[in-house]
Order: sequence, then structure tokens, then C-alpha cells
Amino acid sequence: MMEPEIVIKADNVVKSFGDRTILDGISLEIYKGETFVIMGGSGCGKSTFLRHVIGSLKPDSGKIFLLGKDLSKIDENEMDKVRMKIGMCFQSSALFDSMTVGDNVSIGLREHTKLDKSVIDIVVKMKLEMVGLRGFENLMPSALSGGMRKRVGLARAISMDPEIVFYDEPTAGLDPIVAGVIDKLIVDLSKKLNITSVVVTHDMKSVFSIADRVAMFYEGKVLEIGTPEEMKRSKNPMIQQFTSGSPDGPIRFFQQKDDYLERLVA
Amino acid sequence: MFRFFGRPLGLPQNDVRTSITKVGEMNLFAGIGKIIIGTYRQVVDVFALLFDTIAWLVMGPSKHKSVKREGIFHQAVFVGVGSLAIVFFVSLFTGVVIAMQSAYQLGKFGANIYVAPMVAVSLARELAPVLTALVVAGRVGAAIAAELGTMKVSEQIEALETIALNPVRYLVVPRFLALLIMLPCLTIFADMMGIFGGFLVGVFNLKLDPHRYITFTFQYMMWKDVWTGIVKSVVFAIIISMVGCYMGLGTKGGAEGVGKATTLSVVTSFILIILFDCILTGVFFFANQ
Repeated sequence: MMEPEIVIKADNVVKSFGDRTILDGISLEIYKGETFVIMGGSGCGKSTFLRHVIGSLKPDSGKIFLLGKDLSKIDENEMDKVRMKIGMCFQSSALFDSMTVGDNVSIGLREHTKLDKSVIDIVVKMKLEMVGLRGFENLMPSALSGGMRKRVGLARAISMDPEIVFYDEPTAGLDPIVAGVIDKLIVDLSKKLNITSVVVTHDMKSVFSIADRVAMFYEGKVLEIGTPEEMKRSKNPMIQQFTSGSPDGPIRFFQQKDDYLERLVA
Repeated sequence: MFRFFGRPLGLPQNDVRTSITKVGEMNLFAGIGKIIIGTYRQVVDVFALLFDTIAWLVMGPSKHKSVKREGIFHQAVFVGVGSLAIVFFVSLFTGVVIAMQSAYQLGKFGANIYVAPMVAVSLARELAPVLTALVVAGRVGAAIAAELGTMKVSEQIEALETIALNPVRYLVVPRFLALLIMLPCLTIFADMMGIFGGFLVGVFNLKLDPHRYITFTFQYMMWKDVWTGIVKSVVFAIIISMVGCYMGLGTKGGAEGVGKATTLSVVTSFILIILFDCILTGVFFFANQ
């Protein structure tokens, strides 16, 4: 069997903010065409890791390769060329408030291509159709609901036909039906267009319905990487606790007892 | 060189922090040092932003990454046309006030006609550029900081970057250019409106001959008075746009952060405008001797 092509490779990535270490030696590889899910509790560094991969943040040490380019070695121009091949779907949608939905989706095409306006309009219609929002081109983002904004964000992320799409908690705060629609979209994009998807989420239902492989993050480290079935069968008590959503287990929600006392008294 | 200044004066940073948290009070010198270093870094950053902006302006077109005309036009309308009403009122009434105040003194010498050049020269050299800049800093500078700040905290700036659009090129340069073009225009408009305010007082209250009033105005007001005012307004435009954009892009911490950035941008712009007004007036004054 042919070795799968690696599109993203992280090698011992470390990042600290002040004296808090957020990423503590992350190493992983993501293959072309797969749907790779990064899960983990809040504050475990999964969103921060995503920001490193798209080049918004620079690691303190370690290397990240995105589409074969070492992000620490390329300049802003080359980074922009890489960025044209990726799409990012933000947790808060991050739509541009001052533009209509149509302009939000078409911004990449308008700025980076010399396509005619009529062609761009057709592409925008197609992308909005894919997320079920055709006919909403002329609305402002403020007139949309949270789920619709997320879907517009997704349409914008795929407007340039990227090779990799990153999703930061795509289903957080959505009703189950819209969440299911978005999950189906992610799978469709991967299967039909062979787009690599990297999804950060803690929604276990969507993890098991979309993922080809899953990485579990805990306190800035990768606990385990495997298929969803392997995760379900995992002996690791932390992964067991996370997948079952149990409050008791090795992952502590509450502070240590003495910590808490010290804080109260100090 | 920067790294040398960046270090907290030989004190390891951790020591400063532990002394705050544990003892609950800050070493006075460490506190002063922190403020100086913080301010120094901000000044360096603002200049870095200015150089970046100018670099995009000058080098952008050769790399086929020029700034979109619609963006500049949109901002210019907001900065210029949107400020006309407030600049009109401020400068008209300033002209009226200066005319009355100077008539109060000049009247004692029977030199009421000198109200005309008094109003024109003080407006052109000083009041029109400064008052217009202050009004625009309050209106436009605050809007820039609030808009960019909201974009920052709602991940929109990051979204721009992932679409491979540089925020400086896409957001800062149009605002910078719009202010650079429109603030001098507004200043000229303020000159005219102020002179008109003085004219109203001169003709209707002091009973001066309208024709004589206008002749006197242009006899004493030199070109130099006008262009020194324009030079000031150009400098103020740079201050307002850079401070607004810098504060906006540096926003942290949600809605509260946006509020802070907006306030800070207006306060900083006001102080810098007055400071640079003083410096420039000094330069023009001593260069004239």
C-alpha cells in the first residue's frame, strides 16, 4: 500500500504564555484527504495548536510543516501563498460585520483572483447553496442567527477551493439538527472533494460521526492518536472519562483541595 | 538595541511579579521603570506600524498589492463628509468668539478693523488645524479604535490574515490615507468658516464695512499662515490614524477591552495633538527669526 501523503506535520511544538505552558511538546501528522479531529477539554491547547498550524501564532520551539513548508522558515509572502490553499472556520464565525454575506464569501476571490464579477457571483451562489443559504447574499451578518453565521463562515472557508479546511469547534452552541448538517458537510467535503479537514471539537457525537482519526489533547500534550473505535476501546482512563463525559476520574475539574484553601486564605 | 531596553533594568521579571503578589505593593522604582519601558515599547510599535503603512503605500502597487480605491473612498467619505457639520459649527463659533474677544480689546484703541486679520491669522495658524484635529480625533479616531478593536476581539483580524489579506494593507492604509487627505481639506474648510464667523460679527455687530473687512483679512493673512496650518493638520492626521489603528489592533479582552482601546486612543491623540502643536509652532516660530 502507498504511504499516505502528509499535509500537516507538527514536531515537538512548545508554546507558553507568561509562565503558563499551553503546548507542551505536540507531535502529530495529518494525512491528505482524512478528517482529523482534535479533542480535549477546554483550555487543553487545542485551539492554540490550530492557530499555530495556520500561522497566526509562532511556537517557542519545535517545527510545523504545512503543505510541505516549514512555517518557521518562510516569509510573509510565502505564508500568504500557503494561506490561499487553506480555509479556516472560526469558532465565533468571525464574519466581517461591515460586509454582506455575499461579500464575506467572495472576499478571497475578489482580492486574490482576476475573475469576472459574474463568475464570482456564481461561485458565491454555489458555495452558499452547499451550506443551504442560497438567497441570503444581500443580508448583513448581524441579521443572521448563530447557526447561519457558522454556515456562512464555512462557505467563506471553502470559497477558494482549499486543500485543507480547519474548523474551530464548528458545532459548539448549535442545535442538534444544524450540528448534524455541519457534520455532514464536513464529511461530504472530505469525501467528494478530497479536502483534508482538521476539526477541533469536544462534541463527542460529532467526533464519532466524522472522524477518520482522533487525537486527544490533555494539558498541552497528545495523550493518544487513533481511530474513533480505537479511542472507544482505549484503556487510558482519561480518554475513557472524556468519551463518557463522567465528572469523576483522573481529569480533575475542581482544583486540588489545598490549592483552593490557599487561594481562599491568601 | 531594543532587547537591551526591553529588559526590566537588570531585575529578573519574576522577582517584580512575586513582590507584587506576595507583599501586595510594588517597588516604586520598578513601577516607574515598568511604565517607562511600556511607553517606550508602545512608541516603537506605533512607529513600526507607521513604517509598515508607508511601505504598503509605496511598495504595494509594484507588487500588485495596491490598496483598493473603494476602501479609501469609503473612509474618506466617513472622515471628510461626515465631519463637515461638526467642523462647521466648531469653527464658525470659534470665529465669532475670537472676533468678539479681540474686539473687546482692540476697541479700546479704536482699532476694531484689526479684528479681521486677528481672526484670520489666529484661525489659519492655530485654531482651525488644532480644533479640527481634536474634533476628528474624537469622532474618527474613536470610531477607528472601536471598529478595529471589535474586529480584533471577534477574530475578524485573524480571519483576514487566514484569507491572506494583510490587516495593515486592508484596514490601516485606507484609514491613514483618508485622514491624510481629508484632515487638511477640513482644516481649509474650518479656516473659511471661522473667517466667515468673524465676518458676521465684524459686519453686523461692529458695523465694519464688509469690503474693508475682506481686504484687511487678505492683506494681513499670508500664504505662510495657511500652509503652516496645513502642515500641522497633516501631522495631526498621522497621529490620529496611527494612534486609532494601533490601539484598535492591540485590543485585548472583549467588550471591556474595546472600551479601553477607544478611550485610550482619544486621550492619547488629544495629548499628542497638543504636544505636536506646541513643537511645530515652536519650529515655525524660531525658523522665522
